[in-house]
Amino acid sequence: MTTDNNNLAELNGATKRFGTVVALDGLDLEVRQGELLALLGPNGAGKTTAISLMLGLLQPEQGSARLFGQSPLRVEPRRRIGVMMQEVNPAADLRVREQIDLVASYYPDPARTEVVMEMAHITPLARRFYGKLSNGQKRQVQFAMAVCGRPKLLFLDEPTVGMDIQAREMMWATLRRLIDDGASIVLTTHYLEEAEALADRVVVLAKGRVLASGTVPEMRALVVRTRIRCISTLAVEQVRDWPGVGSVTRDGPRLDITATNAEAVVRQLLGCDEDLQELEVRSAGLAEAFTELTQEGTK
Amino acid sequence: MTASLEVSPVPMSTGRLLRAYWTEAKYECIRLLRSPAFAGPFLGLPVALYLLFAVLLYGDALRKDPKGEGALFMFLGFTIFGVLGPGMFGFGISVATEREKGLFALKRALPMPPGASLLAKLAMSMLFVAIIMATMIAALPLGHLKLAAGQLAALSVVCILGSAPFGAMGLFVGTWASAKAAPALVNLLYLPMIYLSGFLIPMPKSMERIERFSPAFHLHQLALWAVGASKAAPNAGWMPWVHVVVLATVTLVFTWLAVRRLARVG
Repeated sequence: MTTDNNNLAELNGATKRFGTVVALDGLDLEVRQGELLALLGPNGAGKTTAISLMLGLLQPEQGSARLFGQSPLRVEPRRRIGVMMQEVNPAADLRVREQIDLVASYYPDPARTEVVMEMAHITPLARRFYGKLSNGQKRQVQFAMAVCGRPKLLFLDEPTVGMDIQAREMMWATLRRLIDDGASIVLTTHYLEEAEALADRVVVLAKGRVLASGTVPEMRALVVRTRIRCISTLAVEQVRDWPGVGSVTRDGPRLDITATNAEAVVRQLLGCDEDLQELEVRSAGLAEAFTELTQEGTK
Repeated sequence: MTASLEVSPVPMSTGRLLRAYWTEAKYECIRLLRSPAFAGPFLGLPVALYLLFAVLLYGDALRKDPKGEGALFMFLGFTIFGVLGPGMFGFGISVATEREKGLFALKRALPMPPGASLLAKLAMSMLFVAIIMATMIAALPLGHLKLAAGQLAALSVVCILGSAPFGAMGLFVGTWASAKAAPALVNLLYLPMIYLSGFLIPMPKSMERIERFSPAFHLHQLALWAVGASKAAPNAGWMPWVHVVVLATVTLVFTWLAVRRLARVG
């Protein structure tokens, strides 16, 4: 049964400690119907702990975790989820098809193994032993194991680590199609372009708390800075003192400037350096927003 | 062809549930049979040692023994020796390894039916014991011993079911030990149990009281009872149900301790 507000999974005031380290500090987090939620944060921010609580692998010391409105320790809500975890090594001496058959047997109405393998682009690997695969291929098989039960909610912890660019893009396309088909996805990733390309909503964690939450444009807007790059002979020290300049670095002939008032800085640049070339001005991306947020959040 | 996944309905039919248990057990057995370095010694060693001692080394002596007690002792001794290994090492090493590889955590997060993984390992160890029984029974005529089909059937049932407590002991070790430490720790239980149970090497009279503290001793007593030779055994006055209770208690206690730890640490 789903809760009234249609949250598929949620943490309410969840606190979890490991010894003296506070991994989660009264965290509130919800996964909504039909969304791809990206959990971002530096190492140790609490992303994997938050997922482990929602999966019932860990218990909160305070607060609660719910999965489809029920305790995640119950098997019934877990029949509606798929899981791809970090640092899991399925049995090396089972073939790829057998790994998927095994996990599919846990579900009431799984997809056909052939369909799952085709979707994960691993059909040619069907008879290969799992232990003989490359790291990227292993992640593709783990992805197939995660989706074989036709889950309503997918938890993907760093799913594309070790994949080549082609495999990563194929997985992105598959994730978009799963969302279109009505699934919801919780994704943790270190690749910010992945979150930028896929996420409906981003939650940035640091020290077990939510630093910021919103859509990708909303997150970008939190950081008002603009990036300016150009080839210029102006000295870094000179530019740094101008109003509206956040930081300045030199990369060979190029100046790399972050600015809170881009228009004023650009006018001054053009006025001071007649030979200025290759001027680029762009809004800060998710990467800059993330870096700025987490630096502030971990201070 | 376009692959598509729709949202899954929730109810799990009884047929699907049984299939999940069956699939888990099937792949547990397949995995171990694909590891000849692991399966080979457990499957082949009991009968190889039986043939070495009961045929090659002591064959003449056993043939001249009118009561056949020596032949029976060797046959049962190597059979019990075979029963201990798959459960203790199979559970101990595979549970420790799977814990370390994160597989237990993954299966806890996935909707694997309760206990399916442990029942699969139990099925695996029982299958291995059944294969060992078949090899021992095939070698029986060479060891100058005759047992009726009924005796062999009773003995097989006792040995297959009697592998459970040793699986539980292995499971307990596997929930505490790392994958590297598990074989050594299982050996710390396995080797003393072989020597202190008196089923392979008779204990001196003065030390026979130690035997009753070993689960393997109680399995040996049940094996003697199964072939109708319990009067020849030490502690012959004990009723078979005493041994059954001891072995059942060992199974339940070690399983309970292991499951409690798995629930806490995965």
